[in-house]
Amino acid sequence: MVTAIPATGRALVRLTLAVAALAIALPIQAGSKLLGTGGTSSIEGSAGGGIVPWATIAGYASSDEWSATAGYNRVLVDDFQLTTHSAAVSYDNHYELSLARQQFWIAPLQLSLEQQIIGVKVKVAGDLLYSDLPQLSVGAQFKHQQRFEVPQAVGALRQNGIDWYASVSKVYLDAIWGRNLLTNATVRLTKANQTGLLGFGSSDATQYQAVAELSAALLVRHDVAIGIEFKQKPNQLAFAREDHWKDLFVGWFINRNVSIVAGYVDLGSIAQLDDQTGFYFAIQGAY
Amino acid sequence: MRLIYVCVLVWLVTACTAAAKPSLYQQLGGEVAITKLVDGLLVKIEHDPRIVHHFKDTDIARFRSKLIEQLCHISDGPCQYTGSTMQESHTGFQITAADFDRLVQHLIDVMTELHIPLDAQNELLARLAPMYKDVTYR
Ligand code: HEM
Repeated sequence: MVTAIPATGRALVRLTLAVAALAIALPIQAGSKLLGTGGTSSIEGSAGGGIVPWATIAGYASSDEWSATAGYNRVLVDDFQLTTHSAAVSYDNHYELSLARQQFWIAPLQLSLEQQIIGVKVKVAGDLLYSDLPQLSVGAQFKHQQRFEVPQAVGALRQNGIDWYASVSKVYLDAIWGRNLLTNATVRLTKANQTGLLGFGSSDATQYQAVAELSAALLVRHDVAIGIEFKQKPNQLAFAREDHWKDLFVGWFINRNVSIVAGYVDLGSIAQLDDQTGFYFAIQGAY
Repeated sequence: MRLIYVCVLVWLVTACTAAAKPSLYQQLGGEVAITKLVDGLLVKIEHDPRIVHHFKDTDIARFRSKLIEQLCHISDGPCQYTGSTMQESHTGFQITAADFDRLVQHLIDVMTELHIPLDAQNELLARLAPMYKDVTYR
């Protein structure tokens, strides 16, 4: 496996780890929300699980409070590595703004693509914990592939795309063996090929497609969640089949400032390279 | 005949497990634990500058005894709740979602400090969560 995190990436990792160590040593006052209820930073920067955006709003800001989070995620599969650096701010447990920079390292070609994502999300109804109605949020992700030559060469139509999504999330208290269960369902309208890493649309596919993304996580302790995710994907590039993504994860909310996630991912076939399975790791700092 | 036998067996098993399963009140640790829980919660409230102001004119002795009574009652313990309704007692305080979250986090922390089993904690939370709409923004 080839490692190729550029120097700035390494510096950011060191910084994230240093901040995390500090936060574990001296917990800083975060917002008032219950432990874990902001979810974590997904690979696209929006609050969620690993690969699915949830209806949860980033961080610990409850009513009238502000919160900020920073995330570092890595997906390591046989022939690819995806690294995300992200940051989000949220207000009132209703509004979320996120920025993410993704680096997609293609080992066989020895090159990396880079995507930037600006995300917005608004909670519109219900509540994760306190109402019968699940929490409903709507969001958008504005995506820009900065190195379009490769996606274009394999048939992608555009360098930019907007994903629109609606998510419902709910924590069922005392659901299974006395444990709390979080479920999430997201419907996304997208034109993206491999989430935009391979650009948007193709000559045969110019319309939005609706895809479903699902997560479930059991809180085996107040601070530990074990979960599973499924992400349906469109399949619009003629040169290679695109598969749905799946993962299994364990998340540990060490305190209100730091959480880490480790998992197993199955990304199927990417750019003609089949059986892309491997590891997932993420760390989030929250204030 | 076989069916009746099976039915009786199933009835016996379910009846026995139902009888064997202690009430939430017992799982929490009964009167002693609930009293400790409320006292622990009062200490947390006292040290939380973001919510303590709500209680500045409160008769704490009454609040303490009513809350003990209520937690006993909703956990199927041998008590009758004699206080005001949740709507009545929280009207005029404009308790926010953040206030509610903070109190629930304190409750979880105290229950954990008291080593109350996680399933009992979650069952109590499940019974308290629906009160959110009666307590907040009134
Ligand atoms: C499910 C959650 C809650 C339950 C079960 C609960 C229960 C109670 C009970 C039993 C009383 C006494 C009623 C009486 O005197 O007859 C009470 C009073 C009070 N509660 Fe709550 N409460 C909850 C949430 C909150 C929250 C989140 C706050 C604010 C942070 C709060 C602030 C108060 C205050 C200030 C009083 C005293 C009112 C007065 O002085 O008359 N409560 N509550």
